[in-house]
Amino acid sequence: MTTLLPPKFGPYGGQFVPETLMPALIELEQAFVDAQNDPVFRREYEGLLASFVGRPTPLTYAKRLSEQLGGAQIYLKREDLAHTGAHKINNALGQALLVKRMGKKRVVAETGAGQHGVASATAAALLGLECVVYMGVVDIARQEPNVFRMKLLGAEVRPVTSGTQTLKDAINEAIRDWVTNVGDTHYLLGSALGPHPYPTIVREFQSVIGIEAREQMLRDVGRLPDTVIACVGGGSNAIGVFSGFVDDAQVELIGVEAGGSGIASGKHAARFGDATKARVGVIHGTRTYVLQDEDGQIAETHSVSAGLDYAAVGPEHAMMRDSERAFYTSATDAEALSAFQTLCHTEGIIPALESSHAVAEVIKRAPKMRKDQVILVNLSGRGDKDLNTVIKELGQSL
Amino acid sequence: MNRIENAFKNKPIFMPYFPLGYPDLETSIDVIEALAKNGADLIEVGLSFSDPLADGPVIQKATQVALEKGITIKKSLAAVAELRRRGVTIPFILMGYFNPMLAYGLEKFIRDAREAGADGFIIPDLPLEEAGEFQSLVGDMPLIQMLAPTSPNERMELIARTAKGFIYLVSVTGVTGARTEISDGLGGLINRVREHTSVPVCVGFGISTPEQAAQVGALADGVIVGSACVKMIGSSKMPVETAKQFAAEFRSALN
Repeated sequence: MTTLLPPKFGPYGGQFVPETLMPALIELEQAFVDAQNDPVFRREYEGLLASFVGRPTPLTYAKRLSEQLGGAQIYLKREDLAHTGAHKINNALGQALLVKRMGKKRVVAETGAGQHGVASATAAALLGLECVVYMGVVDIARQEPNVFRMKLLGAEVRPVTSGTQTLKDAINEAIRDWVTNVGDTHYLLGSALGPHPYPTIVREFQSVIGIEAREQMLRDVGRLPDTVIACVGGGSNAIGVFSGFVDDAQVELIGVEAGGSGIASGKHAARFGDATKARVGVIHGTRTYVLQDEDGQIAETHSVSAGLDYAAVGPEHAMMRDSERAFYTSATDAEALSAFQTLCHTEGIIPALESSHAVAEVIKRAPKMRKDQVILVNLSGRGDKDLNTVIKELGQSL
Repeated sequence: MNRIENAFKNKPIFMPYFPLGYPDLETSIDVIEALAKNGADLIEVGLSFSDPLADGPVIQKATQVALEKGITIKKSLAAVAELRRRGVTIPFILMGYFNPMLAYGLEKFIRDAREAGADGFIIPDLPLEEAGEFQSLVGDMPLIQMLAPTSPNERMELIARTAKGFIYLVSVTGVTGARTEISDGLGGLINRVREHTSVPVCVGFGISTPEQAAQVGALADGVIVGSACVKMIGSSKMPVETAKQFAAEFRSALN
């Protein structure tokens, strides 16, 4: 059957799901296309982004960090200041509005760091939807504050004990719930992955980051950035900010994966960084680069940041990597923790550990650039949720 | 007449599912042989995957055990060949997720499966939209198509019209696993499918007792029993004996 929107990004993407779910994907795509063409929907969504999320989020000049690094001028796109503390709310609200449009009453979501879970719980509370969030028990332990937030917002958090007990397994369980309750339930997928139309929907709802950032750069700085940097787990914040600059061929796009304990250690989530373990495969409904063993079993991943701790990457990133429109690198746990502290000290901003990976790349790259060059970093979330992890990693106590 | 067509001479057929490598490779081969020689008409031979998103807890756990014990596609295909050497002649449909097949290499996988003595494939995460590449390589071995209660008529027609071997009709929305009752709408659902195809229609997902099998068998051309089979045999101290009994009971309930 033909789709309304392109289901693939080059050879990547697609719809590798059980037949039971295919009609739901077709219905979702139709609802999304209709909504995009409906001025009433767009007004409602944009109205909520302004009045509820607090958009546009600011563009902040990181003066002291730029001076300390002595190279490029660094600007931060402040998604950490969006309501709920991360960019995830942009997509959660958009999809929740689609759910209302489709007449469904219940959403299920997966979460790693808890940011998408909190955003889903928030959107569900705002719009009067029932919300169930699946979260691996490993992630529940390391992102406890977000578990409490989801519960306060009225969501049910279901611990996932299967497999590696992290994001990958939370997605498995969310899909199993969805396939069982597909009649009244929408899967509110939080990243730019999964089967078509999710990667496209998530990119479109996150493209507000790139649209705003481009306008702000031109208005406040008077020019486009030379380089845009974002962290990449599934890749939703990165695809959101990249989409604003993808047609500006002179702007270099850099995605930063989780290097964990280092590529050589094998304990990481660098899908583009480890040629021995990453091959093109199919997981969670999409064809993309997947960390796996030689028998095609999905590999265990490791990152200090729960939000980047995932074995696959969004299919559009896979295409952009192949076409070299974007370049991908990684930052280790140690580099991210160091960048976390640097941003706290120099700018008075506590970044999420995920976003700290992007900052780590800035710290490597800015000193090699000229002072008249400009880096834009997507600061995708704030770090309050990570305080327990950071205290433990730094060997300190409160 | 190929082995699959031949198997459907005695309808309704009994089609158990069992994963290779569970509880260990040797036992699983013995179990499948016992199922085949005591009443199964066709066996869905499970290939394990780390992330079986269409499966419920019983099959998840069994395939996890199989992986921990070191099962691979290569060992699974060798086991199929071993079963043929032991004189098992009923059709084997290999049931597995797409990624391990991709990792093995699709052409090589299909060729080796054929040589080992497999008869067809069921790949739950390969719907019609994504089946083209596999279909183009598979030759006369059927890639069994699945239909679900959620499939609208237009889609059902499209899938059923080109179906080969048989149709795997998922009786309920959800993952694999036992249910207490058979859905009232099943007869209507089967009739909807039959309007569009002449290949046999087999029903799976949620059938756990010989009584339920008999109920479904009165409506469908075949009955697929997965989780209940895995649970019963997996929890037995004498899995091969249990498999013999299990197959005999279901077969006689369908007679």
